[in-house]
Amino acid sequence: MKYVEEAPRTLYRSQENPGVWEHKGKVAAVGIGHAPTCRRWDNDPETCVGGISIRAMRQAMADAGVDPSDVDGLVIDPVTTTGAYWEKGKPIPQDMLDRWVSTDDPLDGLAQNSIAWLLKNMPELTGVQFAMNASGCMSRAIVAAVQAIGDGEANTVLVLKAWHNFEGRYYQGGANAGAGLPGTAALRNLWGAPACYSTAMQFNEYCRKYGKSHEMMAPFMENSRRNGLNFPEGYWAQHRPEELTEEDYLAARWIAKPASLFDNDIPIMCSGAYLFTTAERAKDMAQKPVYILNHASSRRPARSMLPTLEEVEDETGRTGAKIYEGAGITADDLSFENMYDGFSLFHQFHLEGLHFRGIGFGEALDFYQTDISISGPNPVSPSGGNIGAGRSRFWMHTDCIQQIQGRAGARQITGVKPEVGVSGGPMPNGGDFTVWGVSPD
Amino acid sequence: MPKQGVVPDDLTAPFWAAANEGRLVIQKCESCNRLQHPPARVCGECRADTMSWAEMSGKGHIYNYGVVHDGPVRMLHEDQPFNVAVITLDDDPDIQMFSHLPGTPADQVPVKGAVEVVFEETANGQKVPEWRVVE
Repeated sequence: MKYVEEAPRTLYRSQENPGVWEHKGKVAAVGIGHAPTCRRWDNDPETCVGGISIRAMRQAMADAGVDPSDVDGLVIDPVTTTGAYWEKGKPIPQDMLDRWVSTDDPLDGLAQNSIAWLLKNMPELTGVQFAMNASGCMSRAIVAAVQAIGDGEANTVLVLKAWHNFEGRYYQGGANAGAGLPGTAALRNLWGAPACYSTAMQFNEYCRKYGKSHEMMAPFMENSRRNGLNFPEGYWAQHRPEELTEEDYLAARWIAKPASLFDNDIPIMCSGAYLFTTAERAKDMAQKPVYILNHASSRRPARSMLPTLEEVEDETGRTGAKIYEGAGITADDLSFENMYDGFSLFHQFHLEGLHFRGIGFGEALDFYQTDISISGPNPVSPSGGNIGAGRSRFWMHTDCIQQIQGRAGARQITGVKPEVGVSGGPMPNGGDFTVWGVSPD
Repeated sequence: MPKQGVVPDDLTAPFWAAANEGRLVIQKCESCNRLQHPPARVCGECRADTMSWAEMSGKGHIYNYGVVHDGPVRMLHEDQPFNVAVITLDDDPDIQMFSHLPGTPADQVPVKGAVEVVFEETANGQKVPEWRVVE
């Protein structure tokens, strides 16, 4: 088996003027799998992060009608933390050890994934000849996998991302609970800003520059939760089927003003797996293939401590251009968009970089005041994203596949014909993006 | 506000040593003269590894700010809500530093206002650059 410790930079299309992707339309998504979500681990070995990963992978194969022995590739993001860590030295529960085949690393399957652990515990995967880590998030694992398939590394590849969440509050443990910090970390962390702070700062700049306000986010938030409640695989639909009203949103407590509680996604335990294969093989599978028209990546470090709005806008504009050029399409060809929203306050940066429906910089919040629903002409985030379905960083990909296959259920776009979609993230100045199409060209 | 102690590491030791002397220093690339913060082993622009430290004037402006109501650092919880401002240095406005803006009430921050550096002691006695609004 060829094992790649970490996907090389050469797999990512981050260069300017990339040209049409050499594998455009030659790779397709054919299967989706998700285990049920939960807020935190219930200490049942069946629902540990490894357990829900296996469940999602098996479901993706079954969805595609693929025999496990026909899978010859595995690409995963091994990192699964939502900000929760297994305490150093804390014993591994005996029932975990009894239930699963262990590897050399006791945290495998519990607080991280590994290819070795998955293969040991999925004996049905007898044909895997290529395995690769693509750390970061599902968006990264997908683009690495489809490039690898296009390059001929494997034909039928499972792609996995999962998340664990334990008791305790998000990022409140570890160094944040201690009395001291190493010098390099201290330069950022001494001031106690939460994860959403950087995005909140860019949103502040945005509002000042364009004369917008936090209140203008409300229609986007309502739309996201509405769509999320129609996403049966998601957390809010499964556990808290509550609408989010404008009043709820505007009354929410601040986390780091101008980012409120609802502007942050809720950390959950969840898993997502996709099966990708060559367009040729996809024709014989159970589901209608969804073709990959392009993938593009953004890798722009901030000049100093935080990316400024100027840096973000410059980078999202470049990313939008790469996305379209590589797919050989224009903004007019997009039926819908599913860009990342894992802080709601940056979704508009993605949208404006894409010039979705012709909007320019500074115009997205006005656009949110128009019909952005699934039944209108301009469907924004039909998945509901992380805001509508919980932190996964993969609902948007699932939705792109389901929309184009016509099996998005109550979320199915009706205002336009769903033929070409785009999804990806996470950050506006650093992420990986995929263009999905109903046909290979 | 109380801050966690700081244990200087190889990369940042000169920064923290200068802070203890009441001086603000920022990394500088000897090859292309570019200032850089946070520090790194090589220049983010020209990739040269000839990094030195340059003393700054200690003057800056408030570029932006947020108000933390629910942050991750336990030691700061009692002081919530508090400001976390982004300061740009007058020596090079591309260089940003964070500040609690001591003396400035939460959410009453004069964006674009002038600030000057002060040095505060952290939990283990290590001093850290902070910024006060200039009246």
